[in-house]
Amino acid sequence: MAVIEIENLTKDFWVGFWKKRPIRALDSLSLRVQGGEIFGFLGPNGAGKTTTLKILMNLLRPSSGDARILGEPAQSVAMRKRIGYLPENPYFYDYLTAEELLTYAGSLFGIKRTDLDKKVSTLLERVGLSDARKLQLRKFSKGMVQRIGVAQAIINDPEVVFLDEPMSGLDPLGRREVRQVIASLKSRGVTVFFSSHILPDVEALCDRVAIMNKGKLQEEGALEEILKVKIEGHEVILAKVGAQDAAALKDLCDEVTPIGDRIHLRAGTSRQVEAVLSYSIRRGAELISVNPIRPSLEEYFFKEVTEGSKRSDSAPIEFNTRS
Amino acid sequence: MTILTIARNTFRENIRDKILYNLILFALIMILSSVALGQLTLGHEEKVIVDIGLSAISIFGTLIAIFIGISLVYKELEKRTVYALLAKPVHRHEFILGKYLGLLCTLLVNVVIMTIGLILTLMYHGGVGFPGYLRLIPAVYLIFLSLALTTALALVFSTFSTPALSALFTFFIWVIGHFNGDLLEFGRLMKSVPLQRLFRVLYYVLPNLSNFTTIDSRNVIESAAYRQPIDPIAVLWVTAYGLLYCGILLSLSIVVFSRRDFK
Repeated sequence: MAVIEIENLTKDFWVGFWKKRPIRALDSLSLRVQGGEIFGFLGPNGAGKTTTLKILMNLLRPSSGDARILGEPAQSVAMRKRIGYLPENPYFYDYLTAEELLTYAGSLFGIKRTDLDKKVSTLLERVGLSDARKLQLRKFSKGMVQRIGVAQAIINDPEVVFLDEPMSGLDPLGRREVRQVIASLKSRGVTVFFSSHILPDVEALCDRVAIMNKGKLQEEGALEEILKVKIEGHEVILAKVGAQDAAALKDLCDEVTPIGDRIHLRAGTSRQVEAVLSYSIRRGAELISVNPIRPSLEEYFFKEVTEGSKRSDSAPIEFNTRS
Repeated sequence: MTILTIARNTFRENIRDKILYNLILFALIMILSSVALGQLTLGHEEKVIVDIGLSAISIFGTLIAIFIGISLVYKELEKRTVYALLAKPVHRHEFILGKYLGLLCTLLVNVVIMTIGLILTLMYHGGVGFPGYLRLIPAVYLIFLSLALTTALALVFSTFSTPALSALFTFFIWVIGHFNGDLLEFGRLMKSVPLQRLFRVLYYVLPNLSNFTTIDSRNVIESAAYRQPIDPIAVLWVTAYGLLYCGILLSLSIVVFSRRDFK
């Protein structure tokens, strides 16, 4: 069953002081997200991701089109009891402590005070903030704010969770924690809709993705489908290889790149891999790793989106490809 | 229920927002001035204390109402705390009413504390028995009512304007509101009929804050200072006026806020 249905959603913003002119932030977006899946909503900055999420949260009104969550219109307030939302770069009342913020959020959902205390403790533990429960949010680091943001988004045990850039600004450790929370939501049957431009996170988590650019849906589908996963070869990393052997290995594979005291070889066929391995073992080299090479979402992203924007003659695009 | 939850949080926000310093300042001014002026006005010390005390409650209350009122909604928008809030099962009118109620509670607590301060000063001065303090209540009540209206006024501007502009607008209307009767008089003196009409419309549309300060053409604070009774029926009418006007202003805030896009 589709839990999020977006039909021809369009949003124009009117800019200019005297002469107002429209800027199309979202252009006829249609999407369906099935129950229980983790759906990645991707695209460079300004692609229309946040606009879409804000329309779904009824913070913006669409210029045209329709959005439904759990079968109800996005404007429905009753439906909000069943969903959770983490805004982009969230900021919460900094005069509250972590515990107070979650209690406040919980009471807005009508959760009973007796249940709430227990729930707040469990949640704080789940996002790794148990030690900070009595700390005012003004003393929180960015990663901690992001984690308390995730906690307030799931305090009502939602059926669908919307996360706007949940990993942005987090250090690797914080990102891993948020990633774990998202994965655990899926195991509980929660549908997760999250926008991101950090591709490795998307690759690690998502069942399906939609790629946005300039307010338009560029592609939608399972990750494997979009990447058309096929192994393009293998990368072999060796150590303790003499100069003479390195020259010999060059003939056995497609590409040899020395990096530090190691060499990275690219072998297109499995026969090449075999040849490289048997030669290097015979010559006493140390095998570090053998990895399949497939196009990453990152590469796909660069190719598709830059081509797409060339077609529409646009400004340069920024991506965050940190892993 | 949601309104009360938001109101409670707004109250907590205000309390942690250092408003209490205003009170300390107020208490200091009151005590200092009563001691100093008591020596200047032989035989009229009590009147002076009541006069200054009630005026101070009105002035500091208005300052709190304007300065917190104008940032009430704007701060939530500016810091984007409103996004996570409105994505929860919260109607926009509940948000506005909760915020308003929260600030009203803050004002009430402030006014009560200031009144206690005034009574303590009177007790320190001596000469006034317990029933004597009761005559302060109608005056304090009317001051609070005018503060409720000022807050609602600030809230309307807060839903669509920046704090600086909101403060300016609220202050202008507050000033005009105190001289509202003059608008009508001014209009009568005009020769041109359209201008007469304009002033009459302004007279009816803008809040008449002198309703809260003057009853039966006597200043409320002076009545309290000179131990003159304040007509309860008139107070009832002013209450009805205040509630109606606040209701209109709150409805206006809700309409503006409900139509907003949060970019």
